[in-house]
Amino acid sequence: MSEQRILPGGRVLRYTLRERILHWLAGLSYIYLLLSGLAFWTPWMWWLAIFLGGGPVAREVHPWMGLIFTFAVVYMYVMWAPDMRITDQDREWRNFIGEYVRNEEEQERDPHKAIRTYQQFAPVGRFNYGQKYLFWVMFWGGIALFVTGMILWFSEYIPWSLRFLRLMSVILHPIAFLVTLAGFIVHVYMGTAVVRGGFTSVIRGEVSVPWARFHHRLWLEKVEAEQAAADNNTMAARK
Amino acid sequence: MTTQALEVKNASAGAASPGIRLTEPVAKLIDTSTCIGCKACEVACQEWNDLPAETTVNLGTYQTLPQMTPHFWNLIRFIEVEMNGQLHWLMRKDQCMHCSDPGCLKACPAPGAIVQYQNGIVDFQQENCIGCGYCIAGCPFNVPKLSGQTRKIYKCTLCVDRVSVGLEPACIKACPTNCLSFGTKDALLLKAQKRVDQLKSSGFEAAGIYDPQGVGGTGVVTVLAYADRPEAYGLPANPTIPMSVVLWKQPLKWIGNLAILGGIVGAFLHYLRYGPKHVPEGEKSKQAAGGGPA
Repeated sequence: MSEQRILPGGRVLRYTLRERILHWLAGLSYIYLLLSGLAFWTPWMWWLAIFLGGGPVAREVHPWMGLIFTFAVVYMYVMWAPDMRITDQDREWRNFIGEYVRNEEEQERDPHKAIRTYQQFAPVGRFNYGQKYLFWVMFWGGIALFVTGMILWFSEYIPWSLRFLRLMSVILHPIAFLVTLAGFIVHVYMGTAVVRGGFTSVIRGEVSVPWARFHHRLWLEKVEAEQAAADNNTMAARK
Repeated sequence: MTTQALEVKNASAGAASPGIRLTEPVAKLIDTSTCIGCKACEVACQEWNDLPAETTVNLGTYQTLPQMTPHFWNLIRFIEVEMNGQLHWLMRKDQCMHCSDPGCLKACPAPGAIVQYQNGIVDFQQENCIGCGYCIAGCPFNVPKLSGQTRKIYKCTLCVDRVSVGLEPACIKACPTNCLSFGTKDALLLKAQKRVDQLKSSGFEAAGIYDPQGVGGTGVVTVLAYADRPEAYGLPANPTIPMSVVLWKQPLKWIGNLAILGGIVGAFLHYLRYGPKHVPEGEKSKQAAGGGPA
């Protein structure tokens, strides 16, 4: 599994190139879907449709972007589902979510104590509970958006006797949109403003070792252990 | 007919420009009891609106097509039903009903793509239409049709171009039995009531007017000999704007707007109060770490 590895200079490879590409395929297509979708959601945001080339263009492109987003989300599922399983550690971490939100894990200024205090209450693997939750919200939200979106895309082919499908989609599509948007807002805010280094990690793929130890200690230890084992093997082979 | 003012009183996605002139709502009266099924109205509609001919479909009746299409806006439905042990041959003119409270207009996200004129005519403005098909979901009468060719929606305009210059719609002009008439809605309701009374005195006890209040009444008023059974004519008994469209456009939209705003404001406030997380410096900068956040 582990293409993630310790890099020279105190860095760790957190996201492989493939993971980064998929993340941005999903992210950028979602942003387009969000902007064009907001234009269809309320006339107050209609100017976004003008900005995207006019209403008819936005309407034509929106479902195709939806297919790209769905592809990316399903691919991410295949890639990340094992990492995204909610574990007992996550359930323990959840008890300290208030401390996490209030940044209380860093109140202890002594660096070693700080790490220890935080890690005591909640050692985190590759992804924390919030990240996993976001993943499942976007995955199931994406599936719901895909199914209802396909119905709305081919609305005119749905016979009158099956119109409940159309009527269901009209209300479920925006509900799923709102749910994913809640996840999206938190994700972008956390990834850029709160957890510094998160944004660059999903662009260049690398984080520093202290960053990894602070935010994802169990993951760092696993990568280190795997690396050590691999190195030992190489050493053994050389002998 | 006097010339009708074409001020727009209501438009999709909040693009209305309400007028000040007093304009009486107009209506079309369809007296199904005097329709002979000649389909002159179908031809007149195609001719006046310069609509391309459709290949007809043989349904085993005189009916031209199974349903309306993007370029066939006026369809006489031929219905054979058994009621009280008798076979009834019913004919009904299927077209846009020009609802006072149009579901299509409510569902439409494109500003000004659907307008309702001061005189009650509901009309699609193809230059503003984005072809999303939400109006199809909003309509309780299965009227709007999306053209695969142009990706726009089309339907009966109630000949707004004729009405605005004081002419009656083409179908009404063509009707040989006066089963169709046109005028102000008030006048036509009186006329319809007279016809209903006549029908009742001739033994059609259940005769009545179909002007469903669930959509605020319609600009197409229909006299039915069996008004207790509108479904027999293929009309919904109590049409309303679909619940999901209403929920979407009213509570959900406002809850959603507040939630989106709340999310953005909440994130901003969180940042003002708590700010970013600081990763404690690692082994390398042990000495420097005492002096506050990195």
